[in-house]
Amino acid sequence: MIKKLARSIREYKTASILTPIFVTFEVILECLIPFVIAKLVAAIDVGDGAAIELKNIIMYGGILLAMSFVSLVCGALSGAFCAKASSGYAKNLRKDIFYKIQDFSFENIDKFSTPSLVTRMTTDVNNVQFSFMMIIRIAVRCPLMLIFSLVMTFVMGGSLGWIFLGVIPPLSLLLYLIMKRAIPLYHRVFKKYDNLNESVQENIRGIRVVKSYVREDYEKKKFDRAATDVQVDFTKAERILAWNNPLMQFFFYGVLSSVLFVGSYLILSVGEPTYSVATVSQLIVYGMQILMSLMMLSMVFAMIVMSVESARRVCEILDEKSTLTSPDNAVKEVADGSVDFEGVNFKYSKNAERNALEGVDLHIKSGETIGIIGGTGSSKTSLVNLISRLYDATEGVVKVGGRDVKEYDLTALRDAVSVVLQKNELFSGTIKENLRWGDPDATDEELVEACKLAQADEFIRSFPDGYDTHIEQGGANVSGGQKQRLCIARALLKKPKILILDDSTSAVDTRTDALIRKAFREFIPETTKFIIAQRTSSVEDADRIIVMDGGRINAVGTHEQLLGKNDIYTEVYTTQNKGGDNV
Amino acid sequence: MYNKRQKRPAAKKGVLGRVLKSLFCAYPKTTTFALFCITVNAVISSLPSIFMERVFTVVGTAIGNGGWAAYGGEIVRYMLILIGLYAVSLVLGAIDKQMMAVITQGYLKKLRLTMFNGMQDLPIKYFDTNKNGDIMSYYTNDVDTLRQMVSQSLPQLLTSSIMVLTLFFIMLWYSFWLTLVVLGGVAVIVFVTKIVGGGAGKYFVAMQVAVGRLEGYIEEMMNGQKVVKVFCHEDAAKADFDKVNEALYDQSNRANRYANMLMPILGNIGHVLYVLVAILGGVFILNNVMNASIGTFAGAVAATFNIALVVAFLQMTRQFCNNINQVSNQVNAVVMGIAGADRIFRLIDEQPEVDGGYVTLVNAKEVDGVLTECEERTDEWAWKHPHGDGTVTYTRLCGDVVLTEVDFEYEEGKPVLRDVSIYAEPGQKVALVGATGAGKTTITNLLNRFYDIADGKVRYDGININKIKKSDLRRSLGIVLQDTNLFTGTVMDNIRYGKLDATDEECIAAAKLAGADDFITRLPDGYNTMLSGNGANLSQGQRQLVSIARAAVADPPVMILDEATSSIDTRTEAIVSRGMDALMQGRTVFVIAHRLSTIKNSDVIIVLDHGRIIERGSHEKLLAQKGQYYSLYTGAFEME
Repeated sequence: MIKKLARSIREYKTASILTPIFVTFEVILECLIPFVIAKLVAAIDVGDGAAIELKNIIMYGGILLAMSFVSLVCGALSGAFCAKASSGYAKNLRKDIFYKIQDFSFENIDKFSTPSLVTRMTTDVNNVQFSFMMIIRIAVRCPLMLIFSLVMTFVMGGSLGWIFLGVIPPLSLLLYLIMKRAIPLYHRVFKKYDNLNESVQENIRGIRVVKSYVREDYEKKKFDRAATDVQVDFTKAERILAWNNPLMQFFFYGVLSSVLFVGSYLILSVGEPTYSVATVSQLIVYGMQILMSLMMLSMVFAMIVMSVESARRVCEILDEKSTLTSPDNAVKEVADGSVDFEGVNFKYSKNAERNALEGVDLHIKSGETIGIIGGTGSSKTSLVNLISRLYDATEGVVKVGGRDVKEYDLTALRDAVSVVLQKNELFSGTIKENLRWGDPDATDEELVEACKLAQADEFIRSFPDGYDTHIEQGGANVSGGQKQRLCIARALLKKPKILILDDSTSAVDTRTDALIRKAFREFIPETTKFIIAQRTSSVEDADRIIVMDGGRINAVGTHEQLLGKNDIYTEVYTTQNKGGDNV
Repeated sequence: MYNKRQKRPAAKKGVLGRVLKSLFCAYPKTTTFALFCITVNAVISSLPSIFMERVFTVVGTAIGNGGWAAYGGEIVRYMLILIGLYAVSLVLGAIDKQMMAVITQGYLKKLRLTMFNGMQDLPIKYFDTNKNGDIMSYYTNDVDTLRQMVSQSLPQLLTSSIMVLTLFFIMLWYSFWLTLVVLGGVAVIVFVTKIVGGGAGKYFVAMQVAVGRLEGYIEEMMNGQKVVKVFCHEDAAKADFDKVNEALYDQSNRANRYANMLMPILGNIGHVLYVLVAILGGVFILNNVMNASIGTFAGAVAATFNIALVVAFLQMTRQFCNNINQVSNQVNAVVMGIAGADRIFRLIDEQPEVDGGYVTLVNAKEVDGVLTECEERTDEWAWKHPHGDGTVTYTRLCGDVVLTEVDFEYEEGKPVLRDVSIYAEPGQKVALVGATGAGKTTITNLLNRFYDIADGKVRYDGININKIKKSDLRRSLGIVLQDTNLFTGTVMDNIRYGKLDATDEECIAAAKLAGADDFITRLPDGYNTMLSGNGANLSQGQRQLVSIARAAVADPPVMILDEATSSIDTRTEAIVSRGMDALMQGRTVFVIAHRLSTIKNSDVIIVLDHGRIIERGSHEKLLAQKGQYYSLYTGAFEME
């Protein structure tokens, strides 16, 4: 996993290596500075009778200034490199995930849901970035600080160093025990906290339902329970973690008192000349640095442990293999718009019990108009999805232009087969920008032409900004019927050999719907057209109508052939015409 | 479009005071005690340097003057006092940390409850005019920054400030002149913090904006990922993504660079200050400069600079700088916490929905031909109407709804409904028909008083709905909306939402009535199937069926169906329509639909256009009229 995640460092490798290097320099200097300070103090504290040598003070002061300047530079550089490395790493990681998702097939996308993909690219990447930052900076700094400070205590304090060394094992053990108890609690409580926020979200979204059913008090009680639950767990976790500080203080005080006492004793009884006010006070500074490093280390450890889950979720995406790829020596040209299904069976996943499509045999000539009708779950969409190879048939062969779709280059195939999806999306940007998804090089005239075919030109012109009208995210500022017509125009701009409309005119009135079909007939007669529809009026004039039922082809024929002879078709037709059309 | 959050407005003054006050009010005793602990602890933490100076002075005197044998006792005495102080500090520190954990989490819970409870009472208008994401971020981002501030920054700030203050007085005790030097250094630290810290703050705000933009882009692209695939738009999407991603990198790099550089800079300014004090101290000692301090005035400190004094002062300088740095470090967190608190308070301070209604809905039964109130649950309901003269009248709940000459506007100057009059007799089915924006949904918003009318009257069983208590009014109306909202829980829980004390049998009966039983029983766990993420595991049509069942179990006399069956395919609708017919039986129903088959058999069809009623009558009558309805019916117009 680490290897996989490390692959995203790339051009920030230099910064990622320089950060710990400068951190090391900074730590070395920080550990030497108290030593020099001790010398400086000793230069002042010359003992009874001796005269202070100002030049000594100035010399040590000068050394100290020089060192702290270098330390500042190293610290600032390590900080700057760290910022660059971690921000850059996060950038690359997000980029890798996004690029990977772009190569996903429909099957891959179905496997992860949209919200989960979004979380992985935002929250999870942030967590990994944070850990990365910790690792290259703090996780380097703390152990070094610990070791150097310890060495310095022996250098300066001689046998007093044992006090410091002796403190490390029990403190590490206790810190470890605290973390061991706290981490699982935090894991649990963060999950609960997420659920709590999710329920808030649910309430905001469903506020009309809450208020309609006068369930405000019910929701308040529910929230109270959940919030109390979170509070109890959080308090428990925080109280465990709250022992960190007193623990640190305890050891610090212990070290300080021992050093002070033993130091004084040694100076007086043994007459050790090495000890002085200056050394003892600086030893205490080292003691503080050792303890702080240990505590920081335990915190870093906890944070890294807690972000492992995020790292795993990120890797899951990076590891995912696209289930559909273009073959080597792919065919780049689609000959014509003919489509053949030969003994096709299809299921969405290997574990699915039932085939979504079963025993489909179909032969469609280039330029035909095919209507497809059937109830929810009859696999109308599954059928057409195989044509542009959004999914691969489980068994059997799907051919376009006389060749197996698996032989084509995916881009070439999908440029030739234009699909207007049932759940279609417009993107924020102008109408022109949205239309040019179909053909980035389309001229304004071509855009207008496509829109005229899709019966969209008229309403676009009625907007104050016309074709430059800004579309909001998800196409929120156009009506459902307008959105569908824009999507059709966008698909037409590809100048496809095969055009698939998956229930794409459901919000368009029947008259406009008819005009669109008429335009298709007149202006793109050579394009093969598949029209999936809820209402029979949309498919009545098709060359052939396929009636789907439970994943099988129930019947194929013209309107006249089916009406009265095919039960399903007749039932749908009569309900709609008896009860009035959908509008 | 990507920018989910508006630029943060500057925090109001007094926000910090309000946080502290509410914190104190939530736990008056505990907070006071915690404060006491923090204060004492901070003061004790500033003292070691004094003791060290004492001990060292003794050691200095002892050398050559009898050594340990003569002075050991005195040193031990000092050590014991020091250890005693430490023991107190440890105990207080431990207690304080434990209490802070309790206080913080307790306070946050109270705050969340206040926010949530307040939010539940806000009018629909608030939710219509604020983005969901913005409201949500009060609960996530803002509460989190506040937690950071309350649990860490504020106690740290307090501790450091007290230590700074204590040390300041100790320093004044020793020497005015050297204190002045240290103060000069502090001025530099404050200045640097302002420049570097301010830079970091500025770029962090810019980074937040970039984050919002990137997240918006990711969300949009992930939602439309299949469209991207179909159009082979992957490369263009990658290029656009790179741009937004690069912009975030820039801001993030800058913000973190500044933030990371602050500590080394401040730490080393401390060293410079240390050297300055050391050199000046040396010079002062050499030249026998006269000292001035509180201590010299009191006669406890030598009148000229000496070694012990300078050495002790150096120690204090270091401690003082460390604490000033701590303060500088927390300032940013506090500023951000205050901004978060300000937004939270703004949510809490929103005006709740007002309800001047006094007519209530009660269970009733007929005794000797007179409608009387009763405790037990009967099948009958009555409006209890207290009058000014003390008398109470009871009106049977029938579902008679009359709108008279109603005008309404969401925004001033943009009328949505003009002079709308609708009469719905008990048991009648009224259909509202018209293009998007014609005002259909607005009428239902007025019926349950999500919004209040500007002019005209709405009467329910002859009572002006403004007099009816909102909760009772809404209980008598069942609403099924096009955008179904289900809650996390089982399918059964979701149906029971309509009537909390409904038995399982009642819920299943309601599901059968709505035609939902069939698919529910085929779910993996039937009625106990868990739904989450707004019923993400159900199709839109199935969600609508559940929400119809939810309304059915509530069994209200008046129902509003706003595009309730729009996502149910025609074949399923044939099945549902039988259930719907059963559901509508004996109720006053307002139905909005774009499928004319749903509307056709209504008693009255009202055609709206730009907030006005343009046609009204039965299906046959309107067809014969050959007006707008006729064009809609024959499919010449788009209605969605």
